[in-house]
Amino acid sequence: MKGSYRTSHPIARTLVYSLLIVGAIVFTIPFIWTVATSLKSGEEFASDPSRIFPKHVVWSNYQKAWTALPFARFMLNTVFITIVSTVASVLTGSLVAYGFSRFQFKARNFLFYTMLATMMLPGQVTQIPVFMIWRELRAIDTYYPLLIPAFFGGGAFNIFLLRQFFLGIPRELDEAAMIDGASYFHIWWKVLMPLSGPVLATVALFSFLGQWDNFEGPLIYLNTPEKYTVSIGLRMFQDSFGTNFEQVMAASVLHILPTVVLFLCAQRYFLRGISLSGLGGR
Amino acid sequence: MSVSTHGHRRKITHLPGFWGFLFISPWLFGFLFFTAGPMLTSLWLSFQKYDLVSVKYVGVENYRRLFFEDPLFWKALKNTIFYAIVSVPLGIICSLSIALLLNQNVRGQKIYRTCFYLPSLVPSVAASLVWQWVFNADNGVLNTMLRMIGITGPQWLQDERATPWAFAIMSLWGVGGARMVIFLAGLQGIPDSYYEAAKLDGASAWHCFRRVTLPLLSPVMFFNLILGVIGSFQIFTSAYVMTGGGPNHASLYYALYLFQNAFEYFKFGKASAMAWVLFSILLLLTFIQFKASKRWVHYEGGDK
Repeated sequence: MKGSYRTSHPIARTLVYSLLIVGAIVFTIPFIWTVATSLKSGEEFASDPSRIFPKHVVWSNYQKAWTALPFARFMLNTVFITIVSTVASVLTGSLVAYGFSRFQFKARNFLFYTMLATMMLPGQVTQIPVFMIWRELRAIDTYYPLLIPAFFGGGAFNIFLLRQFFLGIPRELDEAAMIDGASYFHIWWKVLMPLSGPVLATVALFSFLGQWDNFEGPLIYLNTPEKYTVSIGLRMFQDSFGTNFEQVMAASVLHILPTVVLFLCAQRYFLRGISLSGLGGR
Repeated sequence: MSVSTHGHRRKITHLPGFWGFLFISPWLFGFLFFTAGPMLTSLWLSFQKYDLVSVKYVGVENYRRLFFEDPLFWKALKNTIFYAIVSVPLGIICSLSIALLLNQNVRGQKIYRTCFYLPSLVPSVAASLVWQWVFNADNGVLNTMLRMIGITGPQWLQDERATPWAFAIMSLWGVGGARMVIFLAGLQGIPDSYYEAAKLDGASAWHCFRRVTLPLLSPVMFFNLILGVIGSFQIFTSAYVMTGGGPNHASLYYALYLFQNAFEYFKFGKASAMAWVLFSILLLLTFIQFKASKRWVHYEGGDK
């Protein structure tokens, strides 16, 4: 029923493949080049910087990048912030989505559309007052401003994806559980969640990427270098070690690596999580 | 289709709507405290002179100064509009093209998809550091490749005529990301039977694309367009890391200038006024797009 539209003409297919291959190469060049540069010695990079692959592979850049700054510390901080906010987003987001998809209440549609509309609100509009709130609460230079917002549903888009997915799960399952005396929380946790693997993986991946990538938040709220995340740590690295470019690239690779690994693990669910939510053309 | 309460007792849990509100309460509280409240506060702030120590009502002074006495505000706005005009349509065309290619039932689809998706996994600071070098005038990847085909590339990040293009080019690196995946999801949601019917009628590939794919994909396209425009107006990290707004303010984007006013000069009143100008522009653009969408966005059977 669902499927891909296949061009059968041989010339057309050759064209499709050549475009794909050329495109894939162009898109991965900066990436390959980053990894390649991180494996070059300083001398080799200085003598022939435009050559892509290293003549001699050296691993010392990683070791230097890891120790030059408290990079391990930054990594740990980022892992902590990212995991807490990802788990919080997925849990609270799915609760909210459960509310929007299974219950009838006054102003439900109004609130749902209000929520969708917040996707269009530029963050700058709320940024300054939110900063003032955290300042009043004496939470500047702590992780609270970065973590707490994730406990409120984790963003409209995620809630939307979850809700669409929940709508696709037959209500009879809820009702059967209800007849067995299950509570609403039980239905959410034991009936809906186990069936929602693809969308949960998708939402978790989006939350993870968003927080791992977060630059402006830590830039505004964190002052003490020991509390820095990799994003601002890397920026600091650029200032103090800008000349040791191979090391900057090694640090960048370390920053990129977890997201790539996670993506490869979640990839199986990823597209299903979105396509089943029927964003549009269905 | 409510999950009706069948109780006779008047407990709070039996009030109509109790459970629904309970479950959406995380979002509702977040909305009140982190969105609605701050929005009103920032509107109020935009009419104040506020500099961490004192607050003073100044009427529309912040707005007046932005419009009439701040050339950098206009510069930043112009830079941002240029970026949006170049990067949004190009981004949509490229991400749709990639999605169409990937949807051709190709062998090794997963590998290609990963290759195209990879760049959008790169955290923006790391991406900026990488692209700073890609754009390096003498030894960067881009100019090295241009040299191979006999073109002398510009000083991408030092020449103010080239810098706006550098940022637009860089934005294209991410077109294989979420936007493309959303297009792909939309494409895979189009039933094969539609294409088969079109083929039976003798439609060409182009005709299929024009008459079947595009209309059915238009809601997804609309979604990507709206969020693409909004996203492009908020370009920040790459400019902050790569150029700091230079050379000669050529990459001073709106969000960067706003950030500087807010968190470097601590002019909260002025920055709030800037935020509301940005919000008004985006509201207007979104409104226009919604109006225009009636002409081109096709909702199947008029459902959601």
